[in-house]
Amino acid sequence: MELIANLLVQGAQMALVVALAPALMGLVRKVKARMLRRRGASIFQPYRDILRLMRKEVVLAENASWLFRVVPYMVFAATWVAAALVPTFAVGLQFNWTADLIAIVALLGSARFFLALAGMDVGTAFGGIGASREMMIASMAEPAMLLAVFSVSLVAGSTQLSTVAAYMATEDVGLRVSLGLALVALVIVALAENARIPVDNPTTHLELTMVHEAMVLEYSGRHLAMIEIAAALKLLLYISLIGCIFVPWGIAGEAAGVMSYPLALGFYLGKLAVGGVALGVFEVSIAKMRVFRVPDFLGAALMLGLLGTLLLFVSRSL
Amino acid sequence: MDRMVFDIAHLLAGGLVLVSFMMIYQERLGALIRVFAMHAVVLSLSVSWQAWTQDAPHLYVTAAIALVFKAVVIPGALLRIIRRMGIHREVETVVGSGLTMLAGMGLVAMSIVLMLRLTETVDAFAREDLAFALSVVLLGLLMMVTRRNAVSQVVGFMSMENGLILAATGAKGMPLVVEISVAFSVLIAFIVIGVFLFRIRERFDTIDLGALEEYRGENQ
Repeated sequence: MELIANLLVQGAQMALVVALAPALMGLVRKVKARMLRRRGASIFQPYRDILRLMRKEVVLAENASWLFRVVPYMVFAATWVAAALVPTFAVGLQFNWTADLIAIVALLGSARFFLALAGMDVGTAFGGIGASREMMIASMAEPAMLLAVFSVSLVAGSTQLSTVAAYMATEDVGLRVSLGLALVALVIVALAENARIPVDNPTTHLELTMVHEAMVLEYSGRHLAMIEIAAALKLLLYISLIGCIFVPWGIAGEAAGVMSYPLALGFYLGKLAVGGVALGVFEVSIAKMRVFRVPDFLGAALMLGLLGTLLLFVSRSL
Repeated sequence: MDRMVFDIAHLLAGGLVLVSFMMIYQERLGALIRVFAMHAVVLSLSVSWQAWTQDAPHLYVTAAIALVFKAVVIPGALLRIIRRMGIHREVETVVGSGLTMLAGMGLVAMSIVLMLRLTETVDAFAREDLAFALSVVLLGLLMMVTRRNAVSQVVGFMSMENGLILAATGAKGMPLVVEISVAFSVLIAFIVIGVFLFRIRERFDTIDLGALEEYRGENQ
């Protein structure tokens, strides 16, 4: 009986992330529009877009291989699993033992790998340039993310995300400069990975600046819908990840019963909203970088992660 | 309580290393000098925290000297100099900032390994401060090596001196007289360098030190 209840909660969490992701995307767009003194589309517009895309016919290039058709589902599945593993409103769920930070990085990495392959599959120039730039960004962002993960894990003594979140919510953490460095590094990585403004512009179709959009340019219909949901899920994943590691307050603990879930859910929605608004404001107030400046930007994240880890070693060995 | 005291000291000293990295990353002269002012502010915070925890009132004087001279007077004067020379908008071509960063990380790792091995008998505060201080000194040196502009070399030199002060306060050793005389000699060095900047500029029409090397016949 308990197992069934646990599975239900875990299932609710999986459904929750996929249901909330488009709304988060809509919120960010709304905030950006409002900051630019436009009215902006409704927060629920992404749902309508996705439904519309689902119903539309798929237009495939003549020379598209099977890979091109499979990739959208693989990207969606990998991102969904990764997003469902991050503790959102409660720690200690049924599948939390698999929620390893390194596994999440690997899932996202494989999603990116297949998307880049698909970008090159049809053989258009745009797909190729998008794939090559995406890989350039990834080659810097992934080590930076891993280093940030290492310094967090060194503090908490585990790479298990659920354990990390539970530890961070206690008072044993103290005041640690390494965690601040890891936070900044993780935010920079999140901006780069989600194709957000200083690195890439999610709304552009100008060939000089496209990265993510260039790769998915050839997709249409339900394939495009899958890729859009996956992108929204990835954004949700990063905001939840930063939320559950650095601001874990309000998350339901392992011992807490089902009754505490509604309150924890409220806290989680609040965190998402704050994250979305902050992202929108940040994006409006900053200019996009040249592509060749991006390695410097991500290099700073890498450096921060490394410095955080080094500082931890100092305070450990004392 | 004791844990918190240590954590704050760790935070401030680690912050000093971080600001050193920010200086290496900075390409614009004006921004570089402002980051240097921040370096001095973090240093004076760190020194005051040490003064409070060690119950050593003379360290407050050190902190005040750092705050007044290095966070206000010297950066202000440097900003005036670059404005008068008309180079305050100049963007310096740093030799591969990514590579410099990596070298910097290597230096920090090296100084941590070195200091933790060497100072096993001292108490935790001093060990940590010494490790961070050595990294700040080495990062200042790295900055002097990688930059070609005379003004940024001066900034690198001054940040090295900040590292020395951090080491001295952590080791509970430096008497006030020494501290004051060091501060004044740095100030005098600064004045001399300021005069030199104008001389170099008069002679070569630039303060890029590559010109000096060419004049000596080293770059042929």
